[in-house]
Amino acid sequence: MQPLKLNGVLIDDTFAEAFGMRAAAIVITADSPRWARQAAVTMTGYATSVIGCGCEAAIDRELRADQTPDGRPGVRVLVFAMSVTDLQNQLRNRVGQCVLTSPGSACYGDLEGQERLKLGDSLRYFGDGWQISKRLGVKHYWRIPVMDGEFVCEATVALTRNAVGGGNLLILAVGSKQALAAAEAAVEAIEAVPDAIMPFPGGIVRSGSKVGAKYKSMRASTNDAYCPTLRGGVETALDPEIASVLEIVIDGLTSEAVANAMRAGLRAIVELGSATGAARVSAGNYGGKLGPHHYHLRALSPEGGGHEPPGEQET
Amino acid sequence: MKPLVLRLRAAPEQRLDMSPLTPQRLAGKSEREISGVELQTTRRTLRVGDLFDVSEGSAEHILIEGGSERFDRVGEGMSAGSITVDGEVGIRAGRQMTGGRLAINGNSSHWTASGMTAGFIEIGGHAGDRLGGPLAGEVEGMSGGMVVVRGDAGARAADRLRRGVVIIEGDAGDDAGARMLAGTLIVRGAAGARTGYLLRRGTIVLGAVSGDFGPTFVDCGVHELTAHLLMAAYVGESSAKAASVLRRSLRRFLGDMAVLGKGEIFVAV
Repeated sequence: MQPLKLNGVLIDDTFAEAFGMRAAAIVITADSPRWARQAAVTMTGYATSVIGCGCEAAIDRELRADQTPDGRPGVRVLVFAMSVTDLQNQLRNRVGQCVLTSPGSACYGDLEGQERLKLGDSLRYFGDGWQISKRLGVKHYWRIPVMDGEFVCEATVALTRNAVGGGNLLILAVGSKQALAAAEAAVEAIEAVPDAIMPFPGGIVRSGSKVGAKYKSMRASTNDAYCPTLRGGVETALDPEIASVLEIVIDGLTSEAVANAMRAGLRAIVELGSATGAARVSAGNYGGKLGPHHYHLRALSPEGGGHEPPGEQET
Repeated sequence: MKPLVLRLRAAPEQRLDMSPLTPQRLAGKSEREISGVELQTTRRTLRVGDLFDVSEGSAEHILIEGGSERFDRVGEGMSAGSITVDGEVGIRAGRQMTGGRLAINGNSSHWTASGMTAGFIEIGGHAGDRLGGPLAGEVEGMSGGMVVVRGDAGARAADRLRRGVVIIEGDAGDDAGARMLAGTLIVRGAAGARTGYLLRRGTIVLGAVSGDFGPTFVDCGVHELTAHLLMAAYVGESSAKAASVLRRSLRRFLGDMAVLGKGEIFVAV
């Protein structure tokens, strides 16, 4: 196959391999955007990877006052975990410790569905008997008295079993400045995509991993094939001119959201071009045997032509 | 869809049991069959055809043109669809409704919305006593849905309310929200004596300062709560007036301390 080069950026003929996850979407509101954001930032801290954090979480988007249940400014947060039990525990603990505690906050579910996670139903006990149940139509809220008034929290929130975690882009550049510029452009573009988040710091990972290690206790270790300083000593995946690699990891409520996010990221990287940005874009996979979702870079590229439906399950 | 129209020819000579005229009970019936439905409450038989001109339409939506305070049990037990009465009705309108919409453009008498569990009732005029309340011997009143009275309501509105929302855009009589178990009562105007008497749980909102609640309601200060905003958003579609009360600063009284004491009365300040 002809190598695909767009605006000087080489697009590898490979794919990102992603996994099924369980996810919930919640809306956090407060008296001002600043405090809605603060509660969300605190709640999604230390939530980069399920391996060490129990869940992956980040802000999906900010909401205007007219887009939230209580008419106050808000933020939509997505939380992803490997099992419903993990998701339940993480959501309860994070909302309980980080949102309940934040000035003026309130918390609501933002997905439709029959299968529910307990939220207010477990946090209400903080009210020590003074909590108030309020049903308004199909919605059920708990009002928990706190020192600045009341914390309002929806009793249960829906979850989805169709979420996808691990969509990714590997950005290869001639220097760290160029790699970061391309990654930042991709992050900015992906932030606009609904239903998708990038859980790592600022959306970017610099420590991509491979499965396993020489040490028995390590389940994952540094991705030596992409470490520029090891190029001469390992079976490298890097061209001679590459000096810096950054990765963007994407979780989405649907496979389509992940595909849309990767498409937006690729477009931004290509538009920036190779002169100040990436020399090459690749993606991480495990040979296609582990994850059911495959996202082919060329099909998602701006001029990829869309030969194959992006994000389609191949198993 | 074209509604089934029942046009009243003359005032009925006896009280009527209108409960057979609900969408689910008339579903699939022909104009002729509908005309034969009996509505009498005395020994003298009175059929739909004796009182109304029937013009064929979908029984999913029933329009009754003309009303009477002798129209009892309008929409009783209805579960879906809609009934609109262009006029007034008697007692028990919308009693034990489980769904659908009932609109009365005039006044309705006692026990309106009594024991309803879901659905929506709108009374264009005034409502009588025991709005949403139980009949004698029943443990609970209304337990779901929403009822909006554009005018005033009589005594004991929302008596033994279990769940759901009762909105009175005018004033309420004495003992509004008495013995409430939970749920929400919003009175845009003033309420009479003993509001919230023996209130266990639930929320009463008053738009105007009303009579003293007595020493068993304790002042908890003036607040603007997120819960008010949620309630305003929920009731706003059906009653902009009720929503406007909830957007004001409200003084919270906790009570009735003579019983469980987990209810609240909010009064606009």
